[in-house]
Amino acid sequence: MTTTTEAEPQATPTTQRGDRIFAGLARGAGLFILAALAAVFIFLAVEGLPGINKPASNYAPLDSFLPYVGRLLYGTIFAALIALAIAVPFALGIALFISHYAPKALAVPVAYVIDLLAAVPSVVFGLWGARTLSKALVPAQQWMDEHLGFIPFFAGPASVTGKTVLTAGVVLAIMILPIITAITREIFAQTPRLHEEAALALGATRWEMIRYAVFPYAKSGMVSAVMLGLGRALGETMAVAMVLSASPVVTLNMISNTNPATIASNIASSFAEATPAKLSVLIATGLVLFAFTFAVNFAARAVVARSERRLTR
Amino acid sequence: MSATETRVGQRASLPLAAPRLPSWAPGLVAAVAVGAAGLLALLAGWGIPAFAVVTAILFVAGLPLWSASVEGRRGAVDRLMTALVWTAFGVAVVPLVWLIWTVLDNGLPEINMQFLTFDMRNVVSDDQGGIYHAIIGTLLVTAAAAIISVPVGLFCAIYLVEYGKGTRLARWITFLVDVMTGIPSIVAGLFALALFVLIFGPQIRLGFGGSVALSLLMIPIVVRSTEEMLRLVPDDLREASYALGVPKWRTIMKVVLPTSLGGIITGVMLAIARVIGETAPLLVIAGKTDSVNFNLFGERMTTLPVYIYYSFTQPGTVPFDAPPGTEAPGIARAWGAALVLIIIVMALNLIARAVGRIFAVKKG
Repeated sequence: MTTTTEAEPQATPTTQRGDRIFAGLARGAGLFILAALAAVFIFLAVEGLPGINKPASNYAPLDSFLPYVGRLLYGTIFAALIALAIAVPFALGIALFISHYAPKALAVPVAYVIDLLAAVPSVVFGLWGARTLSKALVPAQQWMDEHLGFIPFFAGPASVTGKTVLTAGVVLAIMILPIITAITREIFAQTPRLHEEAALALGATRWEMIRYAVFPYAKSGMVSAVMLGLGRALGETMAVAMVLSASPVVTLNMISNTNPATIASNIASSFAEATPAKLSVLIATGLVLFAFTFAVNFAARAVVARSERRLTR
Repeated sequence: MSATETRVGQRASLPLAAPRLPSWAPGLVAAVAVGAAGLLALLAGWGIPAFAVVTAILFVAGLPLWSASVEGRRGAVDRLMTALVWTAFGVAVVPLVWLIWTVLDNGLPEINMQFLTFDMRNVVSDDQGGIYHAIIGTLLVTAAAAIISVPVGLFCAIYLVEYGKGTRLARWITFLVDVMTGIPSIVAGLFALALFVLIFGPQIRLGFGGSVALSLLMIPIVVRSTEEMLRLVPDDLREASYALGVPKWRTIMKVVLPTSLGGIITGVMLAIARVIGETAPLLVIAGKTDSVNFNLFGERMTTLPVYIYYSFTQPGTVPFDAPPGTEAPGIARAWGAALVLIIIVMALNLIARAVGRIFAVKKG
């Protein structure tokens, strides 16, 4: 059909129309994504904003929206920080292992295994965390209660089921480990070979080479990887909802029976029995979570974008 | 003359390299650590976890101490960091192996033909129930999500690479797509819920809502991976096509897309593998039912992850004649469904990577 017309130079308008339609479709798809992102904000706001001012019974055990969402936000950040504290050292270690330490024959399969870890669905992590890991961590938590009880984090008394915010934090840490590892290992591997060899030629040991050549180069990438991991941990629902039997409390104690709930887990566990009024309260808390994770991710990506621009310059 | 001779002689006697531990030193320290920890474990009656922890501590502390006495401080720090990095690797493999082992151990006894072909309608206590309805729900919801996400994601990537390169709009889209990859899945579910509640009223639950939520999570992944693949297509190919007088859109359809097809399919399959295990959005908008539902646009629809969640939270009653200590029947079903879900996700991952390797963009 078009092949005959294409041969003639005069027939360009038909192809231009095809081009216009195609370009329009492509641009439309791009704009659609922006619209979808805006729609998330708008619809959550429309359904959620009424939830800020509902009868006090909807905020049980508290009586108004701000303290309610404040306590949930505290739990969210607390659990995410525990996860980060556990995951970051390991993630950096594994990233270094893959990029600089492991023999090639080992580095590729290890990277693959870490990617598989990222593929495991969160509900399976939740099931494993609630049924297996929590039981396995009971002795460890009792040991912490006995020997480290003077630190507020381990004040105890240790839970006998092991379903504590510490267990949830460990599960979250395992879940965010792959994303932090994947990003940092790419950045470590991008360190200019000349920097590394210059350091080694000056007599640096391998660790000194990493400390003085690799880390300065990868600093902003590491920061953004950690923040992306934080964003993931803040929004993770199922693992926390299944491991914790939580209530909105503010406590530093990581190993006791009363654990702070997170926004996401609170939505998942109180959703099924929610009245329409409670529903809009839950959506309002979801809006807070969205705004918070959006800000964290935005900052992380801005750090990456800035460092990329600096490197290409 | 003689003075220089002696100086040369002195220099020759100076060691040229700093003293190093022999190459078998880490192995020896590891063996000693295992032995010492094993002895302690036997004497004090510890379990395997405590034994492993003590072994690791002995190794991580022992090698640098020895190194410090021979190689000096810098060498010791290097040894310490090497030991720590290897330990991090060893520890990281533990959860994956442990998790896969647990799921296999608990899930395999559950799996049989009835489990795969029965639904949960009128299943009481430990009657044979199944996950047929959940498998159907998962496949339908995910397929619909893919049908929404793949065209949008593809065209958006084409815009970013072929049309909008360097424009301000393209930069913003790239940036916001990156930010979108971090949207919490439950927020996507709440968005779909808010959307459909606004249109149909508060009691609405439908499978298609789940697809909308999943596609919100899936589009950014498709865009990112497709964009990367399109960038890999060499510009020579495009220019050769333009030089033949082929219009831009036909160049994209006939040259650019076929060249990068393998990578795009890999990206799409990985995106599907990523969203097929999502629980939170479906919990919120697709709801839960015990029956098979083929209609995406009406009634509740159970998916595998939601089935696992409800089997875990509402495991049913233990039959009265069961021996004491028996688990509620829902727990076993949850493990069985978890195994099926993991198999689906892993299969998608493996196939995706194989496709990517076979159809990789040929460079040069």
